[in-house]
Amino acid sequence: MADIQLERVRKMFGKVLAVADVSLHIKEGEFMVLLGPSGCGKTTLLRCLAGLERVDGGQVIIGGDDVTDHPPGKRGIGMVFQSYAVFPHMTVFDNIAFGLQMQRVSSAEIQRRVGEGAELLQIQQLLARYPAQLSGGQRQRVAVARAIVMRPRVLLMDEPLSNLDALLRLQMRGELKRLHHEVRSTTVYVTHDQVEALSLGDRIAVMKDGTIVQLDIPDRVYDLPATRFVGSFIGSPPMNFLEGTIRSSNGARALETAGVRLEFHGVPARGRDAVLIGIRPEHIAVERVAVAGGIPAGAIPAAVVVVEPIGPQKLLTVQVGPSTLKVTTPVDFAVDQGQRVWLRFDPSRIRLMDPQTGDAIAS
Amino acid sequence: MTTPGRKALLTVLVVLISAWVLFPIILIALASFTTRTQLYAWPRSLVPSPFSAETMRFFVQAQDVLQSLLNSLLVAAMTIVLAVLIGAPAGYALSRFRFGGKEVFRLGILGTKMFPATILAVPLAVSFINWNLYDTLLGVALVHTTLALPFAVVITTSVFVGVPFELEEAAMTLGCSRAQAFRKVAMPIALPGLAAAAIFTFVLSWNEVFAATILTLRNRTLPALVMNAVGLAGAPIDYRFAGGFFMIIPALIIIFVIRRYLLTLWGVTVR
Repeated sequence: MADIQLERVRKMFGKVLAVADVSLHIKEGEFMVLLGPSGCGKTTLLRCLAGLERVDGGQVIIGGDDVTDHPPGKRGIGMVFQSYAVFPHMTVFDNIAFGLQMQRVSSAEIQRRVGEGAELLQIQQLLARYPAQLSGGQRQRVAVARAIVMRPRVLLMDEPLSNLDALLRLQMRGELKRLHHEVRSTTVYVTHDQVEALSLGDRIAVMKDGTIVQLDIPDRVYDLPATRFVGSFIGSPPMNFLEGTIRSSNGARALETAGVRLEFHGVPARGRDAVLIGIRPEHIAVERVAVAGGIPAGAIPAAVVVVEPIGPQKLLTVQVGPSTLKVTTPVDFAVDQGQRVWLRFDPSRIRLMDPQTGDAIAS
Repeated sequence: MTTPGRKALLTVLVVLISAWVLFPIILIALASFTTRTQLYAWPRSLVPSPFSAETMRFFVQAQDVLQSLLNSLLVAAMTIVLAVLIGAPAGYALSRFRFGGKEVFRLGILGTKMFPATILAVPLAVSFINWNLYDTLLGVALVHTTLALPFAVVITTSVFVGVPFELEEAAMTLGCSRAQAFRKVAMPIALPGLAAAAIFTFVLSWNEVFAATILTLRNRTLPALVMNAVGLAGAPIDYRFAGGFFMIIPALIIIFVIRRYLLTLWGVTVR
């Protein structure tokens, strides 16, 4: 077990900057998730860490040792690949024992540790089989066991669940979490699935265009996205964004959208007038006004475009001026397409962003 | 077209093509087991009676046949070793690396097949005399290697494309060097495909007659010997049939053995 220090790591593919001077400190025993859309450089960063890619700049330090120039086998890492990469010409036992044999561990010790690893992943009964005789989920377990029996200082996982079907993915996700609690090895986990990131990570590094745009614990990444990108990438449905204005009247500054003054206490004291209002679907209350003409104060009028029941909730797509918003309501909320509703934003959940840069405005 | 109609057409085509290939082979096989007197008799029955190994025995015992059989095997062995040693690394590189001029290289390999060997015959013979390679088995093996290399490269490329690089990477993260990862993981998985390439090379070398005839005098390979015996010495008809059959056998056996591998190979290439 060890901590990981990435210092200004850079990786180019031809003229394309895949990883742009990323610095990141991962604590001992921490579960760090690298999250981002495809092509954001997360896998490349992991491969630089593993030594499968040669960095074009910067340093990789594992447990205090500068391993920047070390080959993958000399870094004390264990890696789980997206395609499992289980050796098809070896039995499950030989697959798990492969790394130990490379280290010239005695055969009695190999027997013991493979047994241990197999037990941890619950594949004891499969040891004599060949990978072709296994299901995808079982192969994944073999791949994880193979990495774990090495007792690596750092465990690296590259989208390990993305080839599994949905139900199995859910189950394996729980298994990985349990495994991390038992083994407690420093783990770096790459995924494009925000739910996986939120459920597994001690911390999440959200990546875009080769850089880390936000590094924080899951709750804060979800509640306080650092940029418009993070807000729209995490959450399903993602965060809503609509244009807002800050107006001064009688010396006080207030936030307005669609001509409605919002109850919001975090208006910045100075600066810009145009802002972007970010709010998550579950933080918007939807009201129907039965009495004609009775307009609720501080509520935003909206037209319902689509109604989708999604099991525990109803998902509404509504139109506010030029913006389209997603909001959730209880299942029993009776509403039809084309109907007019009123939206009320939870003032403590509003996140203001700069409309030009997309960066969050500190309030 | 309706499915039954299509199926009937397909069946007819399969029968026609099979007959086209099989008919001569069957005729030669039958004749090889007919006695010499019967071969010259007229009218002659198609099916040998009595069934006799006399003709085959005559061929095998004919002058130089056993020696040239040995030569053929030696040349084929050398060709296989050379073609796989040179071809497999090229195939590996083509399957694994991106490099400038890769497509040109790939086409260039096939382009060598467009060069008629006839044009090369005289300069090749002269060069081989200068290099003391003329009338040696190594010389023939070198030419066969050149002929076999394009196939060896193309086949091994598709073999290695079928072995995911991630497997080698996984081996490297488990403590292997690049070379060890190749030897312990990529190589064993690729072995059946490499064997197919080797066998293909064998068939090519075994059947090659032109270069072998031109570049040898005393150290004939079997096809060159038979060619010479038939063409120049006017060998008797039973010698011809027996020789032909004798040379078909290995090719037939091998095609049966590698059929499965060839199919998987094509499966990989199509992917």
